[in-house]
Amino acid sequence: MSAAATTENKPAAPAIEKIKVKVDGREIEVPRLIADWSGKLTPTTMIQACELAKTEVPHYCWHPKLPVVGNCRMCLVEFGTPALGPDRKPVLNPDGTPKIAKSPRPAISCATPVSPGMEIYTKTPAVKQMREGVLESLLINHPLDCPICDQAGECKLQEYSVDYGQSASRFVEAKVHKPKAVDLGPRIMLDAERCILCTRCIRFTRDIAGDDALGIINRGSYNTIATFPGAPFDNNYTLNTVDVCPVGALTSKDFRFQMRAWFLKETKSVCTSCATGCNILIGSREEKIYRYTPRDNDAVNASWMCDAGRLNYKWIGRADRLQDVWVRGQKSSWPAAIRELADKLKQAPAGSVAIIASARQTNEELWLLAKLKARLGALSDAIPREGESDKLLVSADRNPNTNGARLTGICFTEMGINLVKIADGIASGKIKTLIVFGENIVKRAVAHDKLRERETISEVVDEHGITAELLGKLDALIVSDILPNETTRLAHFVLPGAAPAEKRGTFTSGKGRVQKFMKAVEAPGVARAEWEFLQELVHHVTGQNNGLTVESLFNQMAREVAAFNGLTWQALGDTGVTVQI
Amino acid sequence: MAITVNRKPLTFWEKLYLPAIAGGLKVTLKHAYSTLIQRKVVTMEYPEQKWTLPTGYRGAPYLVKDQEGSTKCVSCQLCEFVCPPKAIRITPPGNDGRKADRPNAEKMPAEFEINMLRCIFCGFCQEVCPEEAIFLQQDYSLTALSRGELIYNKEKLLSLGGVSPGIQKWKHKLEEAKAQESFPVKV
Repeated sequence: MSAAATTENKPAAPAIEKIKVKVDGREIEVPRLIADWSGKLTPTTMIQACELAKTEVPHYCWHPKLPVVGNCRMCLVEFGTPALGPDRKPVLNPDGTPKIAKSPRPAISCATPVSPGMEIYTKTPAVKQMREGVLESLLINHPLDCPICDQAGECKLQEYSVDYGQSASRFVEAKVHKPKAVDLGPRIMLDAERCILCTRCIRFTRDIAGDDALGIINRGSYNTIATFPGAPFDNNYTLNTVDVCPVGALTSKDFRFQMRAWFLKETKSVCTSCATGCNILIGSREEKIYRYTPRDNDAVNASWMCDAGRLNYKWIGRADRLQDVWVRGQKSSWPAAIRELADKLKQAPAGSVAIIASARQTNEELWLLAKLKARLGALSDAIPREGESDKLLVSADRNPNTNGARLTGICFTEMGINLVKIADGIASGKIKTLIVFGENIVKRAVAHDKLRERETISEVVDEHGITAELLGKLDALIVSDILPNETTRLAHFVLPGAAPAEKRGTFTSGKGRVQKFMKAVEAPGVARAEWEFLQELVHHVTGQNNGLTVESLFNQMAREVAAFNGLTWQALGDTGVTVQI
Repeated sequence: MAITVNRKPLTFWEKLYLPAIAGGLKVTLKHAYSTLIQRKVVTMEYPEQKWTLPTGYRGAPYLVKDQEGSTKCVSCQLCEFVCPPKAIRITPPGNDGRKADRPNAEKMPAEFEINMLRCIFCGFCQEVCPEEAIFLQQDYSLTALSRGELIYNKEKLLSLGGVSPGIQKWKHKLEEAKAQESFPVKV
């Protein structure tokens, strides 16, 4: 990889001293300090050392991205430290190895720092017994709800019950019953009986989301998670508590009783709701998307994503999706439409074509459009999409690939400034053909004279003078979109495209991270990934063959676009690479 | 890799064939004698006559109701998961779907379909069911005029399945929870 492409923009962290510990008799080196949930360096704990040694220690309340509380006691382990003599020197065994003084009591591995020479024992009979005891006590009041519980299949209590549980309960008394199906907020349902009081949700919403909305009320067995009376749990990050909940106490209303977790095919993808580009897993079954869940990427979104992005998938399965190729109101086929378009574009005089792309398209698609632009001498731009940012993940730029549009040369630093020029070109009759990808350009259209009255550019970039009447002047309006809108209704050529979940490609996030996403479901009808037919169109118009697969397109783009130099599809990995923007 | 199976060569007696034909004829004549002369019937006039099925016979799987007439199935979809020929298809109710028709269990299937053409009567669904809601029953002769008719929906499966009394765990849980709403003070 070249020097331009680095995985991290931050300067290299200072070297951290390594210490040697033994996990179950196997010696490993661990750093003395590890970044905690807030990024601060804190002493490495035994559970982290075990994780580095690939030894699993069961746990409920500990989460690598949350503050440590140590209340579930599931991660108890035994340990020993080198014994010191009266002279404060290590006592040696006859064979010269340091004598280990085993601690008489176990310790919770999530909150006990490691020290040099420490030995951690996770497989002793005592540890096994402790785990069994903790689990049995957690199961005392836990209801046998598994058949109707949404967490079943991805439940830590189920998993550890298989490992350390008993087949029958010794508890003969009546279980304590707590409220079920409690409406905690607009997106969250609480089943208080299932809660094991690990407080992960409380810590998440207090320390990560910054909304101290949850707490524990009542005493003893009646402990219950609750919000303040009358204050709904409704910040933009509530659904992350469903992810961190190790049991089925907090469930997503959106996913509740929709599909069992084990049926879902999980596809690595990227959220497209804003420029942050949170890494996600798309859970789908039989070409239907059921949920988005965040995927760990410390360089982008840690383990979280916002609720708005998470729930922004329902439009993909809408029944009114564009499913057919239309040429001047007649149903057509891909080969015929592409051939006709290619002939038309080849004969178009320079400057008579304009391209309005979308910053929701992938890098490869924008790059292919930029090739058309270069061949046709076309004006091009994309439509900006602004919103409000927050301090955690939501970015003000609501386009997932603004940087991709800039780096491939589709738009300039200020997106949208060419729209007025394009409108002028259509009005004067210079521009005869307009290619529109994935945007309803008529939506924010403002009458031309009114647009002129505005003073600064940034006010008008959102609005533009491309009205429906103006589009009527065009010889050819070529539109590719996913859902029908006014622009597709006016179009002479309608090319049905695919949603990001239905194709592969890459986005460049607001911070310049190039991330790839995979295909989860099939596009409906004859709808195709835009890069597929753009690649054909570019081949017909320019004669260039850039490759037939998304991998070869990306690799070719990386060779040609300066910002992506040195990247390869393979080297992007699952978590992407940051480029200079 | 091809595996060579060693076959014993035929003896001279076997190569003659005629003894084998005579042996076959002997069996035929024996049966002819017992049915035509002795009038011993070895077949059954199906479908007018039907045989008695042994207990544990694995016929078509149907959904059952509890003693109060409520659907037992809670749409956990384990049978759908375990079904080897993928004959079962369950539509979960969703959050805003119809609530279960028995108290306390929050979930019941919006739709439950078994494709009887696919079903291989293995009984895994009955074995895996945590609610004892599906049983392989005695029906073996499933006929229809179209493939579609042999996809039995929830209504049909419930009406064919009948009642199977059980422990009604959800009901008891609710009773237990109700009892805890007030603390009985014993003097």
